[in-house]
Amino acid sequence: MQAHHHPDDENAPIVIEGLVNRFGDVTVHEGLDLTVRRGEILGVVGGSGTGKSVLMRSIIGLQRPSAGRIDVLGRCITESDLDQGIGVRRRWGVLFQGGALFSTLTVGENVEVPLRKYYPDLDPVLRAEIARYKVILSGLPDDAVAKYPSELSGGMKKRAGLARALALDPELLFLDEPTAGLDPIGAAKFDRLTRELQETLGLTVFLITHDLDTLYEICDRVAVIAEKKIIAVGTIPELIATGHPWIEEYFNGPRGRAAQDSHLRGAS
Amino acid sequence: MQDAAQYSLEKAGANTDRLVLSGHMTLAHIGPLEHSLSRLEGPLDSIDLAGVDDIDTVGAWVVCRLAREHNCDITGASEAAQRLLSAVRDIDATGPMRPPRPPFWERVPTAVGDKVFAARSGVYGVVGFFGQILLGIASLARHPSRFPVKALVHQMELVGVSALPIIGLMSFLIGIVIAQQGSVQLEQFGAEALTVNLVGRITLRELGVLMTAIMVAGRSGSAFAAQIGTMKLTEEIDAMRTIGVSPVEVLVIPRILAATFMMLLLGFYASVVAIIGGAVVGDMTLGIPFLTFLIRIQEVVPIHDLWVGLIKAPVFGLIVALAGCYHGMQVRGDSEAVGRRTTMAVVSAIFAVIVLDAFFAVFFTEIGWG
Repeated sequence: MQAHHHPDDENAPIVIEGLVNRFGDVTVHEGLDLTVRRGEILGVVGGSGTGKSVLMRSIIGLQRPSAGRIDVLGRCITESDLDQGIGVRRRWGVLFQGGALFSTLTVGENVEVPLRKYYPDLDPVLRAEIARYKVILSGLPDDAVAKYPSELSGGMKKRAGLARALALDPELLFLDEPTAGLDPIGAAKFDRLTRELQETLGLTVFLITHDLDTLYEICDRVAVIAEKKIIAVGTIPELIATGHPWIEEYFNGPRGRAAQDSHLRGAS
Repeated sequence: MQDAAQYSLEKAGANTDRLVLSGHMTLAHIGPLEHSLSRLEGPLDSIDLAGVDDIDTVGAWVVCRLAREHNCDITGASEAAQRLLSAVRDIDATGPMRPPRPPFWERVPTAVGDKVFAARSGVYGVVGFFGQILLGIASLARHPSRFPVKALVHQMELVGVSALPIIGLMSFLIGIVIAQQGSVQLEQFGAEALTVNLVGRITLRELGVLMTAIMVAGRSGSAFAAQIGTMKLTEEIDAMRTIGVSPVEVLVIPRILAATFMMLLLGFYASVVAIIGGAVVGDMTLGIPFLTFLIRIQEVVPIHDLWVGLIKAPVFGLIVALAGCYHGMQVRGDSEAVGRRTTMAVVSAIFAVIVLDAFFAVFFTEIGWG
């Protein structure tokens, strides 16, 4: 499917070509190709241990690939040293699975960390205001700003992590299983929030998930990792049409059916 | 910085101005503009965004705040800007970033009071914990098949066998220092032969065991607290309880027994190595042959000095292991608590060991083992 060159692939924020990731004798990715288009929410799915998180870590430069090329926002991640400040880190935001908040800082101070790092000259009053409105935009009550991460529930930690990811008004947002561990109501709210923010801020979102509802509700396209590469990318009907047995089982299993039904009910 | 956000004022009415913004109203470019805008006096009639190249939430926030302060309209916003403006318009972002801090005269008595209560519950806690351990040992005695032999042997290896090199080196050096420094002082009285008495008595009675206890607290007490604390955080201990496995029996008792028993052996070993260190100095600088030094030790050191050391050693081991396991079990919340409890385990263990050592010193002298 990615053999066709699509016009939307021009000027794509993330282009991965021939990615190989090896840990000792274990090969996680072998010649993986993927293009993420500007302004889309791309869901990434795959069985446990297929290397979804490794893929994300490769893109954001936490994991140096064994071979292959990754371009993010027009810069080659695989050939440059991110610590040399090539200016991509301030253009993306990352939400880790558990939120990964700094435990010694309050939520507001967590959001201030990237602002302090990249814009040290910013007026402190404005910086504090930015941190606060980001926290509130992420759907937290305003008294959460002065709380420490240990005082927050799992869902609130994720929202606080999202606020920190959005601190610099990034173009690219990485979400690692954002709805894992949330109750269905909280998960649906988080999905809606992701979509709203994506539309308002014009974000491109790279989203790893196991949540079929998230895939149906908010993803523009879905990429499937299996057999060490991306076996298909497209809308869910396009994926099912490929007839690949794993995709078939994933979307046509009981959970897939239920998510599809609720999506159709919501749409009608 | 030609893309930087800029502003100009145009006359709009008799004494009102229209603020015209242009350039990049984004986080990267807005710093200087925001600074001058905040000093703008007004009154403003409207804010014109028609000349703005691009805008992000920070730009929108600054515009909204300005509009609110001057109570004026925003005109000429593009569709994207309109969306951002409405997203941030109704947010009230004034307020503290940190939890409120009470004044000094409230904080200090509160902190003192909290410490007193914490000390009280700490004492209750340790006594209760010790009781749990005794109950655990009693129940293991009734059901010897449940006894965690493997864990005990493993802990004995970690606490005892793998500590041999470092404790050996430490004791050897301490023996050397005592013999060398002692002989310099005793020489002034022409009594350098008494160096043997000094080395033999002080290592067997005091330093061998005390230094070993401090080393074991640093090596193993801290490890106990960190291991058990991490297991608390990852809910391993809760999982054990749910299955009906007692964490005291499986985790705590093997560590306590291993530390108590191994301290006995390590304390003796440390004293012996320290005496060897002293004998080396005696041989090299005092002209006392190595074997003569060892034979003299038997003659000048009363046997009760050995008993004093051997009685203190397991008590110190118990204290160190108790502090480590207790603080480990007290971990809750986040990873920071593991670090804090580990520190507390080591500090309180060393402190308790030294206090008890002072008590033992007086006690043994009183009963005639001086």
